Amino acid sequence: MFNLDYLSISKNKDLKNVVPLVFLVAAIILHLALPNKQVFKAKSIYLTLLLLFLAAYTVILILSHRNTKIREVLTGNSPLLALFVFLFSLWDTVTLKLFLLPLPYFPAPDRVLNIFLTDWRTLGISVFHSMRLLILGYLIGASLGFVAGILLGWWKSCRYWVMPFIRIIGPVPAVTWIPIAMVVFPTSFMGSVFIIALAVWFPVTIMTFSGISSVRNSYFEVASTLGANEPFLILRVAIPAAFPSIFIGLWQATSASFISLIVAEMMGVKAGLGWYITWATSWAEYAKVYAVLIIIAIIFSNLIKLLFKLRDKVLIWQKGLIKW
Amino acid sequence: MVGYASTDGSSSLTSGVIDIVGIDRRFSSQEETEIHALHDINLKIKGGEFITLIGPSGCGKSTLLRLIAGLDQPDSGHISLDGDVIKGPSYLRGLVFQDPTLFPWLTVQKNISVGLVARKILKGNEGEVDALISMIGLEGFKNAFPHQLSGGMAQRVALARALINKPRVLLLDEPLGALDAFTRMHMQDEILSIWKSRRTTMIMVTHDVDEAIYLSDRVVVMSPRPGKIQEIIDIPMGRPRPRNHPDFFRLRSRILETLHFAESDYTDLTYNL
Repeated sequence: MFNLDYLSISKNKDLKNVVPLVFLVAAIILHLALPNKQVFKAKSIYLTLLLLFLAAYTVILILSHRNTKIREVLTGNSPLLALFVFLFSLWDTVTLKLFLLPLPYFPAPDRVLNIFLTDWRTLGISVFHSMRLLILGYLIGASLGFVAGILLGWWKSCRYWVMPFIRIIGPVPAVTWIPIAMVVFPTSFMGSVFIIALAVWFPVTIMTFSGISSVRNSYFEVASTLGANEPFLILRVAIPAAFPSIFIGLWQATSASFISLIVAEMMGVKAGLGWYITWATSWAEYAKVYAVLIIIAIIFSNLIKLLFKLRDKVLIWQKGLIKW
Repeated sequence: MVGYASTDGSSSLTSGVIDIVGIDRRFSSQEETEIHALHDINLKIKGGEFITLIGPSGCGKSTLLRLIAGLDQPDSGHISLDGDVIKGPSYLRGLVFQDPTLFPWLTVQKNISVGLVARKILKGNEGEVDALISMIGLEGFKNAFPHQLSGGMAQRVALARALINKPRVLLLDEPLGALDAFTRMHMQDEILSIWKSRRTTMIMVTHDVDEAIYLSDRVVVMSPRPGKIQEIIDIPMGRPRPRNHPDFFRLRSRILETLHFAESDYTDLTYNL
């Protein structure tokens, strides 16, 4: 089962695509054959999922015989799929089956999966609260950063008076302000929006500013000989020319906003995914912590994917983009 | 607006007349050495005339072009277009650089439309954009982005973009300098045909003596430190000008002599070709 030399027989694509199937069957047999060393009484969602996955994969495998497109997608992803199955099986084995890792810190996959089934209502509410906070904070911070970056990039006097403050305040992590923000703002929700907006504001401001101020002067010269006035130069020349740089700011801002969201929820707000983690930890319910980690990973990676999709639409004219 | 001057019956126009009077321009660098870029430049350019500025680097020809464009201001003297002193850039004086400087985020069509969009008169004039696109023969590239174009294609788009506003003067700063020799000769003919059909005053900076003779009515030879006009040479040949005509060679050697790149006395040299 652990003989990984299937990579060398990649000429035979069908055989390569069978590998995840073998791994799935092996994982199921392993799960059924080995006795549990940990006590586990809930429904075995793990096994159900493996069986469902096995059925789905078998169907796809059969379809791939007829359809070359499915076959190619499958061949590209089958080694990775096999690895995932292997890692899950390993997790199951070292926890539930062999009890090599201590409880409650390292629960079996089945415990984590059961959280989704039993606690989906709280999880759903937490996702809703987090997303509301994140989106509101991100949009406010990004818009203010965008405007500030343009002002700084375009007007020298603005740069002179404001830039020193940004240089001093900017590098301070936004979450440092949490104790103050929670006192200054009437609600912890507003305080958290402020923290996230601040975290987003800084990179967007800096990258918009640097993008605007490094636009080639000849673009402005050509535009002004074509009859462009100052609003046109800012809106139709400087901003589109600076967009590749602005996007990098927006991208950096996403990770800053994720950090701020989770920390703000852990420290101030009484709702959301960050709060859920602290709450679950205080009850030593680590299965819930892992469940939330999985949710966070899925949501955040998809948000970044969305941002890059948006970028591809706007920056269709640019060559050599950052890959995600 | 544009009409032939009726009195002398020549081809000079009443529009697109450039008058350069007593221009001086100095640049002070940080090492306190002042660069005297232009000194006492006086030049009258007739409407519809094709002028080339030629000279070694540092002779101030590009500086002069930027002053006419209104992108720079002289320290003394003034330049006027049709009697109005130039104070800043205007769509009446189009500009094309050696680098096409197309806006990379706009398609070919939108790049050419920029002048109309900037003046808020695009509506109703879309046909002119299409006409220019077909004039430069890039119908198939209407929706292409600049990075998809070759150097010659990009420079054609830059020309069309400058022409959309029907400028009275077209300022060309070594527009063909980055092109290969063959594309360059094709583009020279295209510039000539644009000039003939539109009767725009053309002021072109070039390093290429043949290009200057092939295109222009007058060649303005400039010399550096301080940048000044050394000599103005008339090109009295009719067009199209055969590049291998003896008069073409004579004019070339005269310009090269003015630029100190040729010996006037070579009668005792023979090569037995």
